[in-house]
Amino acid sequence: MTAAANATGLSTPGQVLGVKRVGAFHVLSLLAPGLAERFRPGTFIALDVGGPMSERLARRTFPIHRVRSTGAHGGTVEVVLQVPDIGADPGLLWLATAPAGTQLDVLGPLGRPFALPKEPVTCVLVGEEAGSAPLFPLAERLRERDCPVHMLLGGRSDHQLFGALEARRATRGVTVTTEDGSVGIAGTVADGMPDLLSRTGAEVVYAAGRHTTLHAVAAIAEQHGAWSQTLLDVEMPCGTGLCQACVVPVVGEDGVTRMVRACFDGPVFRGDRVRWTDLGAVPEDAR
Amino acid sequence: MTLDREPVDLTTEVAGMTLTSPVLTAAGCGGTGRELEDYLALDIVGAFTTRTITLDPTPGAPTPRLVETPSGMLTETGGQNPGMQGFLATELPWLAQRRVRTVVSIAGTTLGEYAELARRVASSPGVSALEVNLVSTNRDAYERRFCDDGYQIGRVLSAVAGEVPRGVSVLAKLAPGSGLVELARSAARNGADGVVLVHGFPGVRFDPDTWRPSLGGVTGTVGGPAVLTQALRCVWDVHRAMPDLPLVGVGGVRSGFDVVQMLLAGASAVQVGTTLLSDPGAVRRITEELAHELAAHDVKRPADLVGAGHPDLERDTT
Repeated sequence: MTAAANATGLSTPGQVLGVKRVGAFHVLSLLAPGLAERFRPGTFIALDVGGPMSERLARRTFPIHRVRSTGAHGGTVEVVLQVPDIGADPGLLWLATAPAGTQLDVLGPLGRPFALPKEPVTCVLVGEEAGSAPLFPLAERLRERDCPVHMLLGGRSDHQLFGALEARRATRGVTVTTEDGSVGIAGTVADGMPDLLSRTGAEVVYAAGRHTTLHAVAAIAEQHGAWSQTLLDVEMPCGTGLCQACVVPVVGEDGVTRMVRACFDGPVFRGDRVRWTDLGAVPEDAR
Repeated sequence: MTLDREPVDLTTEVAGMTLTSPVLTAAGCGGTGRELEDYLALDIVGAFTTRTITLDPTPGAPTPRLVETPSGMLTETGGQNPGMQGFLATELPWLAQRRVRTVVSIAGTTLGEYAELARRVASSPGVSALEVNLVSTNRDAYERRFCDDGYQIGRVLSAVAGEVPRGVSVLAKLAPGSGLVELARSAARNGADGVVLVHGFPGVRFDPDTWRPSLGGVTGTVGGPAVLTQALRCVWDVHRAMPDLPLVGVGGVRSGFDVVQMLLAGASAVQVGTTLLSDPGAVRRITEELAHELAAHDVKRPADLVGAGHPDLERDTT
């Protein structure tokens, strides 16, 4: 078989359909025909910014929030940008302010998706701020498998909660936490977990957010005898596995720690496999 | 433009290799090859250059390993690779099975390591050439020793060339800097069939929030369009000094015209590196653009352009 026969064509000429402002978030809708059919929850897209021959060479990557395979435009994909990130990066600002019709290259869906349970077990989905975005399509897939789904969403304030209303429509139960106590439980999502896990008897926890939060979530899941699947938010300059910049220390089945690429071997990892306290470093025993 | 021109034949001879195209991938930017396959039919690539392989597995540098710079990327991966055994067991067979013409980049910290790598890798099936990386990323005394000392470069090339069977080419990849012409001369005299110019440019950058170096590895090298003119100058200078030495140009190539510029400066082939990180399918586009550029200028084959940008150099035009 030739290499050409294996090419799966993960690159799609895309187009900005619109950017919708929701609280501290921008929901970016893109036309990307053919992407929805290959989508699985937890995968991401990598966008070029600044147009052709841009001086900004790194891709910007986003977990996929929603896909539609049909509609007036053909296939579409939605991702979520967060205001402080936009302020810090002119590349993100370009995306957030791109007029409808702007052409851009969409790579995806990329990465390993969330692993789904074979049995209809109870699942808790934990999302922090924009990290909640990829959990909604996951909730849908889990419900199709008759898994009872509970969502735990958190943010620094109610302004920084993503999708709390939608979550109430989509799931059996929604718990909300804010660090300033403006709504729901005062604290981080990790503070809301022990009670929720005890109450629901969840067997699987899916989580996306800051690394410190994911570390806590994975630890609490383990204490309650639940599996955890964590979606890491790591800067991925290429998104395709080529540049080796997004490496994280992860313990393999054989007990050996390897520096693996979040974009290619993740971004979803088992929470008990990630060496959370060593993120950013190369542990002495890593290969 | 008319459509009845003869099609351009991109077949390229460089350093003893016959390639279907002068557009190669650069070391460390094409992954293991598998990653590229989702965006590109690998048979369009003149040759695939592997990441640099060392004798022992190397876990690499701490993160961040890459930061965006104006029209460039500053990187330091610390040379992460599975080591020679891992490479020969998994990555090379995959490339060989697909008949991808493969250049294996190697780096050692001692002459003995270079020789052992050369012996084991060059005798493995599916290897067209060794690219001797003379800029070992190991942060010890050897780093400077091999990258800017013509005598040491000569010793490394002799050690490698002595282990390589006929039919496998030896390329020396050099770092930019003063004395580059003499380093290239030393490599060529000691067994290099060709020279790859150039390695990324040394760089450092500070984080706007912490005011500390942005890279986990502190310093790194810059690639991307920001360095194209400097890389062209390296090719230009070495070609002027040694017009018969086969050169592979690398640094900032992202269009067919950039390939043309490398050929004009004196390269016989080019490698595409950082551009792959932003556009993994770029080799296809660049190759198509190159064919158009050549056709539009009635150039029959890439070899006709090699060194043609030096108006004062006498050229053998047969």
